[in-house]
Amino acid sequence: MDVKKEYIPEFDGDLYKDEFGRTNFIVTTIDKIANWGRSNSPWPLSFGTSCCAIELMSTVSAKYDWSRFGFEVMRASPRQCDVIVVAGTITYKMAPVLKRLYDQMPDPKYVIAMGACAVSGGPFYYNSYAVLRGVDQIVPVDVYIPGCPPRPESLIHGMMTLQEKIRKSKAYVIQKPKKKKEEDK
Amino acid sequence: MENQTVTPSELKTEEFVVNIGPQHPATHGVLRVEVTLDGETVKDVLPHLGYIHRGIEKMTESLGYKQSIFLTSRMDYLSAHINNHLCALAIEKAAQIEVPPRAKAIRIIMDELQRLTSHELWWGSCAMDIGAVTPFFLAFRDRERILELFEQNTGNRLTMSYIIPGGVMNDVRPDFVPKLKALLKSIKDYRKEYDQLITGNYIFQHRTQGIGILSKEQAISLGCTGPTARASGLSCDIRKLYPYDGYEKLDFKEVIDYGCDNWARYVVRMEEMNQSIHIIEQLLDNLPTGDYRTKLKGVLKLPAGEYYQRVESARGELGVYIVSDGGSKPYRMKFRTPCYSNLGAVKPISVGMKIADLMANMATIDLVIPDMDR
Amino acid sequence: MIKEELKQYLEQTFPNAKVDETFDFPVLFLAKEELLPVMKQLRDAPETKFNFLFCETAVDRNPEFEMVYHLSSTYYHHDMMVKVILEDRENPEIESLYSLWEAADLYEDEIYDLFGIRFTNHPNLRRIFLTEDWVGYPLRKDYQDDRIISL
Repeated sequence: MDVKKEYIPEFDGDLYKDEFGRTNFIVTTIDKIANWGRSNSPWPLSFGTSCCAIELMSTVSAKYDWSRFGFEVMRASPRQCDVIVVAGTITYKMAPVLKRLYDQMPDPKYVIAMGACAVSGGPFYYNSYAVLRGVDQIVPVDVYIPGCPPRPESLIHGMMTLQEKIRKSKAYVIQKPKKKKEEDK
Repeated sequence: MENQTVTPSELKTEEFVVNIGPQHPATHGVLRVEVTLDGETVKDVLPHLGYIHRGIEKMTESLGYKQSIFLTSRMDYLSAHINNHLCALAIEKAAQIEVPPRAKAIRIIMDELQRLTSHELWWGSCAMDIGAVTPFFLAFRDRERILELFEQNTGNRLTMSYIIPGGVMNDVRPDFVPKLKALLKSIKDYRKEYDQLITGNYIFQHRTQGIGILSKEQAISLGCTGPTARASGLSCDIRKLYPYDGYEKLDFKEVIDYGCDNWARYVVRMEEMNQSIHIIEQLLDNLPTGDYRTKLKGVLKLPAGEYYQRVESARGELGVYIVSDGGSKPYRMKFRTPCYSNLGAVKPISVGMKIADLMANMATIDLVIPDMDR
Repeated sequence: MIKEELKQYLEQTFPNAKVDETFDFPVLFLAKEELLPVMKQLRDAPETKFNFLFCETAVDRNPEFEMVYHLSSTYYHHDMMVKVILEDRENPEIESLYSLWEAADLYEDEIYDLFGIRFTNHPNLRRIFLTEDWVGYPLRKDYQDDRIISL
């Protein structure tokens, strides 16, 4: 299944192009402000299936507090959150539920795959008949965090990496994709 | 024109079905419950499982005996040491391996510490389901201290694979005993604070007393074990009935209550935490010296036959049934998990109650979903 | 009663049935038809009082299935096993124990889901772990699946 994230421009930056075809400092500043706002308050969805969910709960609580980084409120409804932290094994019976939750989230949305089971199937890769080998077969993943289970510090490192990725993304600056000569998989 | 009124008995109402879906903010995991409601009263409860069914029993048929230990920690991850202990005991019984006394004492200390962490997390999430959010953070504060000790001595916080056939993987550090003594003292001080906060709370008592009644005959017929059955008066503690690894020499009480409701289940678990602390204190003073493991051959082969072993996990009686044909891989390994039988108790105790009581019932029965689905 | 005494008691009470023993428990082999009356007798007899069914499972011994029941008593704290051999591999069927113990409800759902053995007089037999449209029964020894990756 094709999991390339389609780039949908939210703002028509063509309006501000100068004679050389570049967008100028107004749009890049809007970009910076928007990214600053988005990266400093991504609200996660409370989604944990198995053992990694306990480490997620440890990260929420007072010793490794994650609300210092902006992940303040853990919402229960997917319509109100920005990032989904897939913590735990995903089976073939649970996969349609995860896809439906991902589809219900409004744009811009991000996915963190936490733990070995979500990255690639983990300890259940061999000989199991009911485990999905890696959650990136159904949703596009931004950050992978290895570990079984990963320590709370690893999860915080992964979340800070996601924040850096958001800060470098371009929402309003349009870059026309280069014409591809050969088929690129 | 006269006003036409309708008396309540003539009002036509319909039952409707609410799906408490696999993703919900209570911390129990992925359980889907189909509830048929008439207003706010529950008429029928139908649980749907399988959202975390990973096929562990089939996987053990392709792995050797020593390799299946890591899979057992992931079944009921809140009593991971106890699951490993179960597998190790079954294999030692079948292959007739002797375990040194220091290893037995360390195993019991790790088991009881694990039971403490599991009950702390239960306490935090039970109070959160009923409505109070503060106990969640208090419980995790205690839990983190014990997990720090686990990490320094066994290597991991949650899925350890420390107790293996033959003994334990590594010896404990020299500062394990003084650190644990200081930790237990501070935990005992905190328990008084928790009693004031939740146990003596008027709202909590009224939310749990008289609700979710499970009689003793029903508990026996449903196959319930653990604190769920002990709160109905059934004596079923495996540590007393079929003791293993030195429990017969220790002095502790089996906690039984005859209340049969949610409040009794709460009180039983709180008292069990005190008993766990008491057991650990007895062992810390005179820890035997010596070896921590007997060396085993590379590939372990069990003689042909059938073996059954049971231990007391934090949720009830956990058992394994091994069918061996003499080779290096088991022919069939069946895990008898406590949460799967305790799930049958949710429907009889919730029918006729309000839907908010259904949440309180599921919280005090203490369900962990991967334990059910394996 | 300990294991040897139980074995003698079973040999005297059921002279037609085969009695064996494993490492922990004595085993009683029964035929399909006499399962329900014998279980009721084991549950109600005052010498044994086996009122707790704590494990029910199946083992696939090519070519037949073997149903295994573990019984325990909350009065005397002794245990035993009961086994029933099912020869039919295409449509195996056996009587359900729901009328004696309600615990059999969930145990038998699991066996139906993973082995394919049907239980008569069960209140609501359904596939409990796998989806309704799953083809095959995974715990059988001749289960084929293309998605399994093995070393």
